[in-house]
Amino acid sequence: MSVKLLEIRDLSVQYRGVEALNGVSLDIDVGDYIGLAGTNGSGKTTLVKAILGLVPFAGTISFQSRSLREFVATKHIGYLPQKMSFLDQRFPATAKEVVVSGVFCCKKFPKYLTRDDYKAAFQAMDILGIADLANRMIGRLSGGQQQRVLLARALVHSPQLLILDEPTEALDPQSRETFYSTVERLNKENGVTVLLVSHDIGSIGKYASKMIYLDRELVFYGTFEEFCKSSKMTDYFGAGQHIICHKHQ
Amino acid sequence: MALPKDVMIEIFTEIQESLQYAFVQRAIIAGCFMALGCSFLGVFLVLRRFSLIGDGLAHVSFATVAVALLLDAQPIVVSIPLVALASLVVLHLSENARVHGDAAIGLVSSFGIALGVIIASTAGGFNVDLFSYLFGNILSVSSLEVWLTIGISLLVVLVTTLFYHDLFSITFDEDYAQVSGIKVKVVNRILILLASLIVVLGIKIVGTMLVSSLIILPAISALQIMRSFKATMALAGVFAVASVIVGIFTSYVLNYPSGATIVMVNFGFFVGSFVLDRFIR
Repeated sequence: MSVKLLEIRDLSVQYRGVEALNGVSLDIDVGDYIGLAGTNGSGKTTLVKAILGLVPFAGTISFQSRSLREFVATKHIGYLPQKMSFLDQRFPATAKEVVVSGVFCCKKFPKYLTRDDYKAAFQAMDILGIADLANRMIGRLSGGQQQRVLLARALVHSPQLLILDEPTEALDPQSRETFYSTVERLNKENGVTVLLVSHDIGSIGKYASKMIYLDRELVFYGTFEEFCKSSKMTDYFGAGQHIICHKHQ
Repeated sequence: MALPKDVMIEIFTEIQESLQYAFVQRAIIAGCFMALGCSFLGVFLVLRRFSLIGDGLAHVSFATVAVALLLDAQPIVVSIPLVALASLVVLHLSENARVHGDAAIGLVSSFGIALGVIIASTAGGFNVDLFSYLFGNILSVSSLEVWLTIGISLLVVLVTTLFYHDLFSITFDEDYAQVSGIKVKVVNRILILLASLIVVLGIKIVGTMLVSSLIILPAISALQIMRSFKATMALAGVFAVASVIVGIFTSYVLNYPSGATIVMVNFGFFVGSFVLDRFIR
Protein backbone atom coordinates (compact mmCIF):
# COMPACT_ATOMS: atom_id res chain seq x y z
CA MET A 1 0.00 0.00 0.00
CA SER A 2 1.34 3.38 -0.97
CA VAL A 3 2.07 5.99 1.71
CA LYS A 4 1.39 9.62 0.88
CA LEU A 5 4.34 11.97 1.25
CA LEU A 6 2.94 15.12 -0.29
CA GLU A 7 -0.70 16.06 -0.80
CA ILE A 8 -1.53 19.10 -2.89
CA ARG A 9 -5.14 20.29 -2.99
CA ASP A 10 -6.54 23.07 -5.15
CA LEU A 11 -3.23 24.91 -5.28
CA SER A 12 -3.31 28.34 -6.91
CA VAL A 13 -0.50 30.89 -7.11
CA GLN A 14 -0.68 34.43 -8.45
CA TYR A 15 2.17 36.82 -9.23
CA ARG A 16 0.99 40.45 -9.15
CA GLY A 17 -2.48 39.46 -10.24
CA VAL A 18 -1.27 37.08 -12.96
CA GLU A 19 -2.25 33.46 -12.46
CA ALA A 20 0.79 31.16 -12.44
CA LEU A 21 -0.99 28.05 -11.18
CA ASN A 22 -4.68 27.30 -10.91
CA GLY A 23 -6.42 24.57 -8.94
CA VAL A 24 -3.67 21.93 -9.00
CA SER A 25 -4.39 18.82 -6.94
CA LEU A 26 -2.13 15.78 -6.80
CA ASP A 27 -0.48 13.32 -4.41
CA ILE A 28 3.11 12.15 -4.32
CA ASP A 29 3.74 8.80 -2.62
CA VAL A 30 6.81 7.72 -0.71
CA GLY A 31 9.34 6.20 -3.14
CA ASP A 32 7.86 7.82 -6.25
CA TYR A 33 10.13 9.11 -8.99
CA ILE A 34 8.07 11.79 -10.67
CA GLY A 35 8.90 13.85 -13.72
CA LEU A 36 7.42 17.36 -13.87
CA ALA A 37 7.17 18.70 -17.40
CA GLY A 38 5.56 21.61 -19.21
CA THR A 39 6.45 24.48 -21.48
CA ASN A 40 8.19 27.67 -20.30
CA GLY A 41 5.85 29.60 -18.01
CA SER A 42 3.69 26.54 -17.38
CA GLY A 43 4.15 26.81 -13.61
CA LYS A 44 6.77 24.08 -12.99
CA THR A 45 9.09 26.29 -10.96
CA THR A 46 6.11 27.95 -9.26
CA LEU A 47 4.91 24.53 -8.07
CA VAL A 48 8.39 23.78 -6.71
CA LYS A 49 8.55 27.20 -5.01
CA ALA A 50 5.17 26.61 -3.41
CA ILE A 51 6.32 23.24 -2.05
CA LEU A 52 9.48 24.90 -0.73
CA GLY A 53 7.39 27.63 0.90
CA LEU A 54 8.95 30.42 -1.15
CA VAL A 55 5.73 31.85 -2.62
CA PRO A 56 2.34 32.57 -1.06
CA PHE A 57 -0.39 30.27 -2.31
CA ALA A 58 -4.07 29.44 -2.01
CA GLY A 59 -5.12 25.86 -1.33
CA THR A 60 -3.29 23.33 0.80
CA ILE A 61 0.02 21.51 0.63
CA SER A 62 0.59 18.83 3.24
CA PHE A 63 3.84 17.03 3.87
CA GLN A 64 3.28 13.74 5.70
CA SER A 65 -0.21 14.96 6.57
CA ARG A 66 1.07 18.19 8.11
CA SER A 67 0.11 21.44 6.43
CA LEU A 68 3.00 23.49 5.12
CA ARG A 69 1.31 26.53 6.62
CA GLU A 70 2.06 25.09 10.05
CA PHE A 71 5.53 23.69 9.62
CA VAL A 72 8.60 24.19 7.47
CA ALA A 73 9.33 21.19 5.31
CA THR A 74 12.76 22.29 4.08
CA LYS A 75 14.38 20.05 6.71
CA HIS A 76 12.79 17.10 4.94
CA ILE A 77 13.34 18.28 1.39
CA GLY A 78 16.58 18.24 -0.58
CA TYR A 79 16.67 20.80 -3.38
CA LEU A 80 18.97 20.94 -6.35
CA PRO A 81 18.52 24.24 -8.21
CA GLN A 82 19.15 24.72 -11.90
CA LYS A 83 22.83 24.51 -12.87
CA MET A 84 24.62 27.42 -11.28
CA SER A 85 25.85 28.99 -14.49
CA PHE A 86 26.77 32.04 -12.40
CA LEU A 87 29.16 29.98 -10.28
CA ASP A 88 32.32 32.03 -9.94
CA GLN A 89 35.33 29.95 -11.02
CA ARG A 90 37.35 31.65 -8.29
CA PHE A 91 34.83 31.18 -5.48
CA PRO A 92 37.01 30.12 -2.54
CA ALA A 93 35.17 27.04 -1.37
CA THR A 94 36.09 23.40 -1.43
CA ALA A 95 33.58 20.75 -2.43
CA LYS A 96 33.49 19.67 1.23
CA GLU A 97 32.53 23.19 2.39
CA VAL A 98 29.70 23.32 -0.16
CA VAL A 99 28.34 19.87 0.68
CA VAL A 100 28.36 20.40 4.44
CA SER A 101 26.47 23.70 3.97
CA GLY A 102 23.46 21.49 3.21
CA VAL A 103 22.99 20.86 6.94
CA PHE A 104 22.44 24.56 7.73
CA CYS A 105 18.72 24.13 7.04
CA CYS A 106 18.41 21.93 10.09
CA LYS A 107 20.42 24.08 12.51
CA LYS A 108 19.36 26.76 14.92
CA PHE A 109 21.25 29.98 15.64
CA PRO A 110 24.12 30.10 16.42
CA LYS A 111 24.95 27.49 13.80
CA TYR A 112 28.09 25.45 14.14
CA LEU A 113 29.23 22.28 12.46
CA THR A 114 29.89 19.07 14.32
CA ARG A 115 31.99 16.06 13.49
CA ASP A 116 28.75 14.23 12.61
CA ASP A 117 27.92 16.91 10.04
CA TYR A 118 31.25 16.38 8.28
CA LYS A 119 30.72 12.62 8.52
CA ALA A 120 27.32 13.03 6.84
CA ALA A 121 28.93 15.20 4.15
CA PHE A 122 31.56 12.56 3.42
CA GLN A 123 28.89 9.85 3.33
CA ALA A 124 26.83 11.84 0.81
CA MET A 125 29.94 12.42 -1.30
CA ASP A 126 30.86 8.78 -1.04
CA ILE A 127 27.40 7.67 -2.25
CA LEU A 128 27.80 9.94 -5.27
CA GLY A 129 31.37 8.82 -5.94
CA ILE A 130 32.97 12.21 -5.37
CA ALA A 131 34.70 11.65 -2.02
CA ASP A 132 38.07 12.19 -3.70
CA LEU A 133 36.98 15.71 -4.71
CA ALA A 134 36.36 16.82 -1.10
CA ASN A 135 39.27 19.26 -0.92
CA ARG A 136 39.12 20.48 -4.50
CA MET A 137 37.93 24.00 -5.23
CA ILE A 138 34.32 23.90 -6.47
CA GLY A 139 34.99 26.30 -9.35
CA ARG A 140 37.76 24.10 -10.71
CA LEU A 141 35.54 21.02 -11.08
CA SER A 142 33.84 19.98 -14.32
CA GLY A 143 30.14 20.75 -14.81
CA GLY A 144 29.14 17.16 -14.04
CA GLN A 145 31.29 17.06 -10.89
CA GLN A 146 29.88 20.40 -9.70
CA GLN A 147 26.35 19.12 -10.18
CA ARG A 148 27.13 16.01 -8.14
CA VAL A 149 28.61 18.21 -5.39
CA LEU A 150 25.37 20.21 -5.34
CA LEU A 151 23.39 16.96 -5.30
CA ALA A 152 25.45 15.80 -2.31
CA ARG A 153 24.60 19.13 -0.62
CA ALA A 154 20.90 18.40 -1.21
CA LEU A 155 21.28 14.92 0.26
CA VAL A 156 23.49 15.62 3.26
CA HIS A 157 20.59 16.07 5.69
CA SER A 158 18.93 12.83 4.52
CA PRO A 159 15.80 14.37 2.97
CA GLN A 160 12.70 12.33 2.23
CA LEU A 161 11.89 14.29 -0.90
CA LEU A 162 14.50 15.34 -3.45
CA ILE A 163 13.51 18.12 -5.85
CA LEU A 164 15.70 18.49 -8.93
CA ASP A 165 15.03 21.64 -10.95
CA GLU A 166 16.26 21.09 -14.50
CA PRO A 167 19.48 19.64 -13.12
CA THR A 168 21.17 18.60 -16.35
CA GLU A 169 20.56 21.62 -18.56
CA ALA A 170 24.23 22.53 -18.85
CA LEU A 171 25.69 19.03 -18.84
CA ASP A 172 27.10 17.02 -21.72
CA PRO A 173 25.27 13.76 -22.61
CA GLN A 174 27.73 11.55 -20.71
CA SER A 175 27.55 13.62 -17.52
CA ARG A 176 23.77 13.69 -17.92
CA GLU A 177 23.59 9.88 -18.03
CA THR A 178 25.88 9.56 -15.00
CA PHE A 179 23.78 12.08 -13.10
CA TYR A 180 20.45 10.39 -13.88
CA SER A 181 21.86 6.95 -13.04
CA THR A 182 22.96 8.29 -9.65
CA VAL A 183 19.51 9.73 -8.94
CA GLU A 184 17.87 6.49 -10.04
CA ARG A 185 20.10 4.58 -7.63
CA LEU A 186 19.17 6.97 -4.80
CA ASN A 187 15.49 6.37 -5.56
CA LYS A 188 15.68 2.60 -5.86
CA GLU A 189 18.32 1.73 -3.29
CA ASN A 190 17.94 4.52 -0.73
CA GLY A 191 14.19 5.03 -1.10
CA VAL A 192 14.43 8.78 -1.71
CA THR A 193 11.30 10.21 -3.35
CA VAL A 194 12.28 12.26 -6.40
CA LEU A 195 10.53 15.14 -8.16
CA LEU A 196 12.43 15.90 -11.36
CA VAL A 197 11.60 19.14 -13.18
CA SER A 198 12.63 18.91 -16.80
CA HIS A 199 11.81 19.97 -20.34
CA ASP A 200 13.31 16.70 -21.44
CA ILE A 201 10.33 14.33 -21.66
CA GLY A 202 12.65 11.61 -22.98
CA SER A 203 14.70 11.58 -19.76
CA ILE A 204 11.55 11.65 -17.66
CA GLY A 205 10.22 8.65 -19.58
CA LYS A 206 13.48 6.81 -19.15
CA TYR A 207 13.86 7.27 -15.41
CA ALA A 208 10.61 8.45 -13.80
CA SER A 209 7.78 6.17 -12.75
CA LYS A 210 5.12 8.89 -13.04
CA MET A 211 4.73 12.12 -14.89
CA ILE A 212 3.08 15.46 -14.22
CA TYR A 213 2.35 17.77 -17.14
CA LEU A 214 1.47 21.35 -16.25
CA ASP A 215 0.13 24.25 -18.22
CA ARG A 216 -0.76 26.58 -15.35
CA GLU A 217 -3.14 23.81 -14.38
CA LEU A 218 -2.73 20.08 -14.15
CA VAL A 219 -2.98 18.71 -17.70
CA PHE A 220 -1.83 15.17 -16.95
CA TYR A 221 -0.73 13.03 -14.00
CA GLY A 222 -0.04 9.34 -14.40
CA THR A 223 2.53 6.86 -15.58
CA PHE A 224 4.67 7.54 -18.64
CA GLU A 225 2.95 4.72 -20.52
CA GLU A 226 -0.41 6.36 -19.80
CA PHE A 227 1.03 9.67 -20.95
CA CYS A 228 2.08 8.15 -24.26
CA LYS A 229 -1.35 6.68 -24.85
CA SER A 230 -3.37 9.54 -23.45
CA SER A 231 -5.98 10.88 -25.83
CA LYS A 232 -6.17 13.92 -23.57
CA MET A 233 -2.52 14.69 -24.34
CA THR A 234 -3.06 14.12 -28.05
CA ASP A 235 -5.92 16.62 -27.89
CA TYR A 236 -3.75 18.96 -25.84
CA PHE A 237 -0.86 18.96 -28.29
CA GLY A 238 -3.32 19.36 -31.17
CA ALA A 239 -4.04 17.64 -34.44
CA GLY A 240 -0.96 16.72 -36.41
CA GLN A 241 1.16 16.43 -33.24
CA HIS A 242 2.17 12.97 -32.10
CA ILE A 243 3.73 11.72 -28.90
CA ILE A 244 6.31 9.14 -29.89
CA CYS A 245 7.34 6.99 -26.95
CA HIS A 246 9.87 4.21 -27.05
CA LYS A 247 11.20 2.06 -24.29
CA HIS A 248 14.86 2.40 -23.31
CA GLN A 249 16.53 -0.83 -22.35
CA MET B 1 68.83 44.52 -3.70
CA ALA B 2 69.25 44.82 0.09
CA LEU B 3 69.56 48.21 1.80
CA PRO B 4 72.92 49.07 3.38
CA LYS B 5 73.16 48.07 7.03
CA ASP B 6 73.45 51.64 8.37
CA VAL B 7 70.33 52.69 6.44
CA MET B 8 68.43 49.71 7.88
CA ILE B 9 69.50 50.61 11.40
CA GLU B 10 68.43 54.21 10.83
CA ILE B 11 65.00 53.10 9.62
CA PHE B 12 64.49 50.76 12.58
CA THR B 13 65.57 53.49 15.01
CA GLU B 14 63.10 55.86 13.44
CA ILE B 15 60.31 53.27 13.67
CA GLN B 16 61.21 52.56 17.28
CA GLU B 17 61.11 56.27 18.07
CA SER B 18 57.77 56.68 16.34
CA LEU B 19 56.22 54.08 18.59
CA GLN B 20 56.80 56.33 21.59
CA TYR B 21 54.30 58.84 20.22
CA ALA B 22 50.74 58.40 21.38
CA PHE B 23 49.33 59.44 17.99
CA VAL B 24 51.32 56.67 16.26
CA GLN B 25 50.15 54.11 18.81
CA ARG B 26 46.54 55.24 18.30
CA ALA B 27 46.97 55.08 14.52
CA ILE B 28 48.30 51.53 14.63
CA ILE B 29 45.62 50.26 17.00
CA ALA B 30 42.76 51.94 15.14
CA GLY B 31 44.21 51.01 11.77
CA CYS B 32 44.67 47.34 12.61
CA PHE B 33 41.17 46.93 14.00
CA MET B 34 39.70 48.87 11.10
CA ALA B 35 41.63 46.72 8.63
CA LEU B 36 40.42 43.53 10.29
CA GLY B 37 36.78 44.60 10.18
CA CYS B 38 37.02 45.82 6.57
CA SER B 39 38.73 42.67 5.35
CA PHE B 40 36.22 40.31 6.99
CA LEU B 41 33.31 42.18 5.44
CA GLY B 42 35.27 42.61 2.23
CA VAL B 43 35.37 38.89 1.42
CA PHE B 44 31.56 38.67 1.53
CA LEU B 45 30.99 41.97 -0.26
CA VAL B 46 33.49 41.28 -3.06
CA LEU B 47 32.11 37.80 -3.72
CA ARG B 48 28.56 39.12 -3.76
CA ARG B 49 29.49 41.78 -6.35
CA PHE B 50 29.01 44.52 -3.79
CA SER B 51 32.66 45.60 -3.90
CA LEU B 52 31.86 49.21 -4.60
CA ILE B 53 29.43 49.56 -1.71
CA GLY B 54 32.34 50.99 0.29
CA ASP B 55 32.98 53.56 -2.41
CA GLY B 56 29.32 54.49 -2.69
CA LEU B 57 28.79 54.81 1.05
CA ALA B 58 32.04 56.74 1.40
CA HIS B 59 30.68 59.26 -1.09
CA VAL B 60 27.51 59.51 0.95
CA SER B 61 29.59 60.02 4.06
CA PHE B 62 31.31 62.90 2.24
CA ALA B 63 27.89 64.56 2.10
CA THR B 64 27.10 63.72 5.72
CA VAL B 65 30.45 65.16 6.86
CA ALA B 66 29.60 68.32 4.93
CA VAL B 67 26.23 68.41 6.71
CA ALA B 68 27.94 67.94 10.07
CA LEU B 69 30.47 70.70 9.38
CA LEU B 70 27.66 72.99 8.27
CA LEU B 71 25.76 72.29 11.50
CA ASP B 72 28.96 72.42 13.54
CA ALA B 73 28.22 68.90 14.79
CA GLN B 74 30.45 65.84 15.29
CA PRO B 75 30.82 64.29 11.78
CA ILE B 76 30.69 60.75 13.14
CA VAL B 77 27.42 61.38 15.00
CA VAL B 78 25.74 62.73 11.86
CA SER B 79 27.33 60.23 9.48
CA ILE B 80 26.54 56.92 11.18
CA PRO B 81 22.71 57.10 10.96
CA LEU B 82 22.64 58.77 7.55
CA VAL B 83 25.12 56.40 5.91
CA ALA B 84 23.33 53.43 7.50
CA LEU B 85 20.10 54.71 5.97
CA ALA B 86 21.79 55.12 2.58
CA SER B 87 23.08 51.53 2.77
CA LEU B 88 19.54 50.27 3.33
CA VAL B 89 18.35 52.35 0.38
CA VAL B 90 21.00 50.69 -1.84
CA LEU B 91 19.86 47.25 -0.70
CA HIS B 92 16.18 48.08 -1.09
CA LEU B 93 16.73 49.41 -4.62
CA SER B 94 18.70 46.33 -5.68
CA GLU B 95 16.14 43.95 -4.15
CA ASN B 96 12.87 45.60 -5.05
CA ALA B 97 13.29 48.20 -7.77
CA ARG B 98 14.42 47.44 -11.29
CA VAL B 99 17.91 48.61 -10.41
CA HIS B 100 20.93 46.31 -10.36
CA GLY B 101 23.20 46.39 -7.30
CA ASP B 102 26.03 48.28 -9.02
CA ALA B 103 23.62 50.83 -10.48
CA ALA B 104 22.00 51.32 -7.06
CA ILE B 105 25.44 52.01 -5.58
CA GLY B 106 26.22 54.44 -8.42
CA LEU B 107 22.94 56.22 -7.88
CA VAL B 108 23.42 56.72 -4.15
CA SER B 109 27.11 57.50 -4.66
CA SER B 110 26.56 60.29 -7.19
CA PHE B 111 23.77 61.69 -5.06
CA GLY B 112 26.14 61.77 -2.06
CA ILE B 113 28.92 63.55 -3.93
CA ALA B 114 26.54 66.06 -5.50
CA LEU B 115 24.91 66.81 -2.15
CA GLY B 116 28.31 67.21 -0.49
CA VAL B 117 29.54 69.62 -3.14
CA ILE B 118 26.35 71.70 -2.96
CA ILE B 119 26.52 71.90 0.84
CA ALA B 120 30.24 72.75 0.76
CA SER B 121 29.70 75.51 -1.82
CA THR B 122 26.71 76.87 0.11
CA ALA B 123 28.89 77.00 3.20
CA GLY B 124 31.53 79.03 1.35
CA GLY B 125 33.54 76.46 -0.56
CA PHE B 126 35.69 73.51 0.47
CA ASN B 127 37.49 74.09 3.70
CA VAL B 128 40.43 72.22 5.22
CA ASP B 129 38.21 70.06 7.47
CA LEU B 130 36.21 68.63 4.59
CA PHE B 131 39.37 68.13 2.55
CA SER B 132 40.90 66.07 5.36
CA TYR B 133 37.92 63.69 5.14
CA LEU B 134 38.50 63.25 1.43
CA PHE B 135 41.95 61.75 1.95
CA GLY B 136 41.90 60.92 5.64
CA ASN B 137 44.65 61.13 8.23
CA ILE B 138 45.15 58.10 10.39
CA LEU B 139 47.74 59.92 12.47
CA SER B 140 45.09 62.32 13.75
CA VAL B 141 42.58 59.82 15.14
CA SER B 142 41.32 60.66 18.60
CA SER B 143 41.06 58.27 21.56
CA LEU B 144 37.28 58.23 21.14
CA GLU B 145 37.67 57.21 17.50
CA VAL B 146 40.12 54.48 18.50
CA TRP B 147 37.60 53.03 20.96
CA LEU B 148 34.80 53.32 18.43
CA THR B 149 36.91 51.57 15.82
CA ILE B 150 37.79 48.76 18.24
CA GLY B 151 34.13 48.39 19.19
CA ILE B 152 32.82 48.34 15.62
CA SER B 153 35.55 46.02 14.38
CA LEU B 154 34.96 43.56 17.21
CA LEU B 155 31.26 43.73 16.39
CA VAL B 156 32.06 42.88 12.76
CA VAL B 157 34.25 39.96 13.81
CA LEU B 158 31.59 38.74 16.27
CA VAL B 159 28.73 39.00 13.77
CA THR B 160 30.67 37.40 10.91
CA THR B 161 31.64 34.57 13.26
CA LEU B 162 28.11 34.01 14.59
CA PHE B 163 26.55 34.27 11.13
CA TYR B 164 29.48 32.70 9.29
CA HIS B 165 27.55 29.71 7.96
CA ASP B 166 24.56 31.81 6.90
CA LEU B 167 26.84 34.36 5.22
CA PHE B 168 28.75 31.60 3.45
CA SER B 169 25.55 30.00 2.23
CA ILE B 170 24.09 33.29 0.99
CA THR B 171 27.34 34.30 -0.68
CA PHE B 172 27.66 30.98 -2.49
CA ASP B 173 24.03 30.52 -3.54
CA GLU B 174 21.42 33.00 -2.31
CA ASP B 175 18.44 31.08 -3.69
CA TYR B 176 19.50 27.85 -2.01
CA ALA B 177 20.14 29.72 1.23
CA GLN B 178 16.57 30.96 1.13
CA VAL B 179 15.29 27.44 0.52
CA SER B 180 17.36 26.29 3.50
CA GLY B 181 15.34 28.60 5.70
CA ILE B 182 18.07 31.21 6.14
CA LYS B 183 16.59 34.67 6.61
CA VAL B 184 18.45 36.12 3.63
CA LYS B 185 16.97 39.62 3.85
CA VAL B 186 17.80 39.96 7.54
CA VAL B 187 21.38 38.74 7.09
CA ASN B 188 21.84 41.03 4.06
CA ARG B 189 20.71 44.01 6.13
CA ILE B 190 23.05 43.14 8.97
CA LEU B 191 25.95 42.85 6.51
CA ILE B 192 25.24 46.16 4.81
CA LEU B 193 24.70 48.02 8.08
CA LEU B 194 28.06 46.78 9.34
CA ALA B 195 29.61 47.94 6.08
CA SER B 196 28.12 51.40 6.58
CA LEU B 197 29.49 51.62 10.13
CA ILE B 198 32.96 50.57 9.09
CA VAL B 199 32.96 52.99 6.14
CA VAL B 200 32.07 55.94 8.36
CA LEU B 201 34.98 55.14 10.67
CA GLY B 202 37.23 54.32 7.71
CA ILE B 203 36.96 57.73 6.11
CA LYS B 204 38.90 59.21 9.01
CA ILE B 205 41.71 56.74 8.43
CA VAL B 206 42.15 56.55 4.68
CA GLY B 207 39.53 59.06 3.60
CA THR B 208 36.43 59.02 1.46
CA MET B 209 38.38 58.41 -1.72
CA LEU B 210 40.28 55.37 -0.49
CA VAL B 211 38.13 53.63 2.13
CA SER B 212 36.74 51.06 -0.30
CA SER B 213 40.30 49.91 -0.98
CA LEU B 214 40.46 48.59 2.60
CA ILE B 215 37.37 46.53 1.85
CA ILE B 216 38.31 45.36 -1.64
CA LEU B 217 42.09 44.91 -1.84
CA PRO B 218 42.79 42.48 1.04
CA ALA B 219 39.84 40.33 -0.10
CA ILE B 220 40.87 40.11 -3.74
CA SER B 221 44.51 39.54 -2.79
CA ALA B 222 43.53 36.57 -0.61
CA LEU B 223 41.14 35.29 -3.29
CA GLN B 224 44.08 34.98 -5.69
CA ILE B 225 45.77 32.24 -3.71
CA MET B 226 43.33 30.68 -1.25
CA ARG B 227 41.16 27.66 -2.01
CA SER B 228 38.83 27.56 1.00
CA PHE B 229 36.52 30.19 2.44
CA LYS B 230 37.85 30.32 5.99
CA ALA B 231 41.45 30.48 4.78
CA THR B 232 40.51 33.34 2.45
CA MET B 233 39.01 35.31 5.32
CA ALA B 234 42.03 34.65 7.52
CA LEU B 235 44.53 35.68 4.84
CA ALA B 236 42.51 38.79 3.95
CA GLY B 237 42.71 39.77 7.63
CA VAL B 238 46.48 39.20 7.68
CA PHE B 239 47.00 41.25 4.49
CA ALA B 240 44.83 44.07 5.80
CA VAL B 241 46.52 44.32 9.21
CA ALA B 242 50.01 43.99 7.69
CA SER B 243 49.23 46.72 5.15
CA VAL B 244 48.25 49.12 7.92
CA ILE B 245 51.36 48.43 10.00
CA VAL B 246 53.76 48.54 7.05
CA GLY B 247 51.89 51.52 5.56
CA ILE B 248 51.99 53.62 8.73
CA PHE B 249 55.71 53.02 9.33
CA THR B 250 56.56 53.60 5.67
CA SER B 251 54.58 56.83 5.58
CA TYR B 252 56.26 57.94 8.82
CA VAL B 253 59.78 57.19 7.57
CA LEU B 254 59.30 58.54 4.04
CA ASN B 255 56.92 61.34 5.07
CA TYR B 256 54.22 60.13 2.67
CA PRO B 257 50.46 60.51 3.22
CA SER B 258 49.48 57.57 5.44
CA GLY B 259 46.16 56.62 3.80
CA ALA B 260 47.62 56.49 0.31
CA THR B 261 50.66 54.53 1.56
CA ILE B 262 48.41 51.91 3.20
CA VAL B 263 46.58 51.52 -0.08
CA MET B 264 49.86 51.18 -2.01
CA VAL B 265 51.06 48.45 0.37
CA ASN B 266 47.73 46.68 -0.13
CA PHE B 267 48.22 46.97 -3.85
CA GLY B 268 51.68 45.44 -3.43
CA PHE B 269 50.11 42.46 -1.63
CA PHE B 270 47.69 42.06 -4.52
CA VAL B 271 50.49 42.04 -7.12
CA GLY B 272 52.44 39.55 -4.99
CA SER B 273 49.40 37.26 -4.63
CA PHE B 274 48.62 37.52 -8.32
CA VAL B 275 52.15 36.48 -9.28
CA LEU B 276 52.25 33.74 -6.63
CA ASP B 277 48.97 32.30 -7.93
CA ARG B 278 50.55 31.91 -11.37
CA PHE B 279 53.35 29.87 -9.78
CA ILE B 280 50.98 27.75 -7.67
CA ARG B 281 48.76 26.82 -10.64
